[in-house]
Amino acid sequence: MSPRTTRIQSPLAGTFYRAPSPDEPPFVEAGQKIEAGDVVCIIESMKVFTELRAEQGGIVRNILVEDEDAVARNQQIMEVEIS
Amino acid sequence: MFKKILIANRGEIAVRIIRACKEMDIKTVAVFSDADKEGLHVKYADEAVNIGKPLSRKSYLNQESIIRAAKETGAEAIHPGYGFLSENESFAKACENNGLVFIGPSAETIAIAGNKSAARKTLLDLGVRVIPGGEGVVSSNEEALNLAERVGYPVIIKASGGGGGRGMRIINKTSDMEDGLAMASGEARAAFGNPDVYLEKYIEKPRHIEIQIMGDSHGNHVYLGERECSVQKRYQKLIEESPSPFVDGDLRRKMGEAAVLVARAIGYRNAGTMEFLVDKDKNFYFMEVNSRLQVEHPVTELVTGIDLVQQQILIAAGADLKFNQDDIRCNGWSMECRINAEDPDDNFRPTPGVVKDLILPSGPGVRVDTFIYEGYEVPPFYDSLIGKLIVWAEDRNKAVKRMHRALSEFRVDGIKTTVPFHMKVFQNDLFVKGDIDTHFLEDMDKDG
Repeated sequence: MSPRTTRIQSPLAGTFYRAPSPDEPPFVEAGQKIEAGDVVCIIESMKVFTELRAEQGGIVRNILVEDEDAVARNQQIMEVEIS
Repeated sequence: MFKKILIANRGEIAVRIIRACKEMDIKTVAVFSDADKEGLHVKYADEAVNIGKPLSRKSYLNQESIIRAAKETGAEAIHPGYGFLSENESFAKACENNGLVFIGPSAETIAIAGNKSAARKTLLDLGVRVIPGGEGVVSSNEEALNLAERVGYPVIIKASGGGGGRGMRIINKTSDMEDGLAMASGEARAAFGNPDVYLEKYIEKPRHIEIQIMGDSHGNHVYLGERECSVQKRYQKLIEESPSPFVDGDLRRKMGEAAVLVARAIGYRNAGTMEFLVDKDKNFYFMEVNSRLQVEHPVTELVTGIDLVQQQILIAAGADLKFNQDDIRCNGWSMECRINAEDPDDNFRPTPGVVKDLILPSGPGVRVDTFIYEGYEVPPFYDSLIGKLIVWAEDRNKAVKRMHRALSEFRVDGIKTTVPFHMKVFQNDLFVKGDIDTHFLEDMDKDG
């Protein structure tokens, strides 16, 4: 892992959603440029939906989980190359 | 009588249904997602079948998977519990088509109950007062706005596919409608697999009072008293009681007879609940039919002495109701607290996790319907209800005292619960007096 890459972790255990709803496009795609504060995904836990925001801006290199996957607390879900 | 029943649900209601079956010598089949391998319902059932991944849509809402499990195990009937597929007419129909008895009303009744415009026409023809609005599923923002103009703001958006506060939004002005519709519909799809929503006038500061009804397949219908469910947060019921401190014998009889009138008119079979809003002048407005067993059914069981789940099974097996209206006696007072795995000190943030150091309340007049045990990991994939604490006593004051005592006995670590929140409510003057309406919690929060 290069020093300029960061991994976004899920703060909670729950279900990972790539898009705001099933009919809408994903929040981010691999290769996309993001700013600090951008919403990258939704984690749903016990019917409560939490938007996950990027802490730092950069380019999304890798999305490590699939839409609707179960994720554990602190599980790494995206790789972002920081700019 | 059935020899084997499959329970198409999880958590506390699955345990509840298994208990009823055991007492009737009926074998039980539990279904479980990958996240529920250690579920209490799995431990208690005679057999268990894995039906898919944790996500509800892939397991507990997966009709094919569930019906396959029933056929493979030779189950003759399916009890859907509440939520999930319990009010899904295509599932009820699929059971029928596969030679399985769906323990609940017919698919046609579920469809009528879910079709608000058809239900409303029936009610208007019967002379039952309804809430203005609700003319069928709303399919566009424009349609919603026109309807809201007609009935007058504020209005409420509700999900057709089920209750429990999911897919609901109150809209105070036109600019809030578009977002409100999108959010409500999205939530409804996630909870019930059905994004349909409808719209009604929002009646301010009403009391939510519902009537439990039961009908057999020979046209006999009865009402089993009322439940007051006004203590709600974000349209989710948190505390229920039977009887209601607001309902006198006359109102009970009027509401009960209206409920039975409706049940009879739509040919309702099995257990159901007619929900009403009651204003301060004791006018009652029919809200909707809940064509399922409800979470709060225990309070009715404790005051009537009737096991509602066993009655559901008997009716589904073709039996007549063994009692008529005159046989039903309501005795004493029952109250229920829904205990959620949420942190009341952190905006009721859900707290899944491993249960440690658990001590459950007990003693005279205390009933706990739960599925948690020490070492059990509460999963994050389902709602936060982890148990119901129910009490019975001779009158309301004694019931309040008993619930307070029972709440104080509850201990758990590893997860947070809403027990401290319930303690606050049971020490609140207005609540103790029975002076509540659906704005009670909002007002309690404001006053601190």
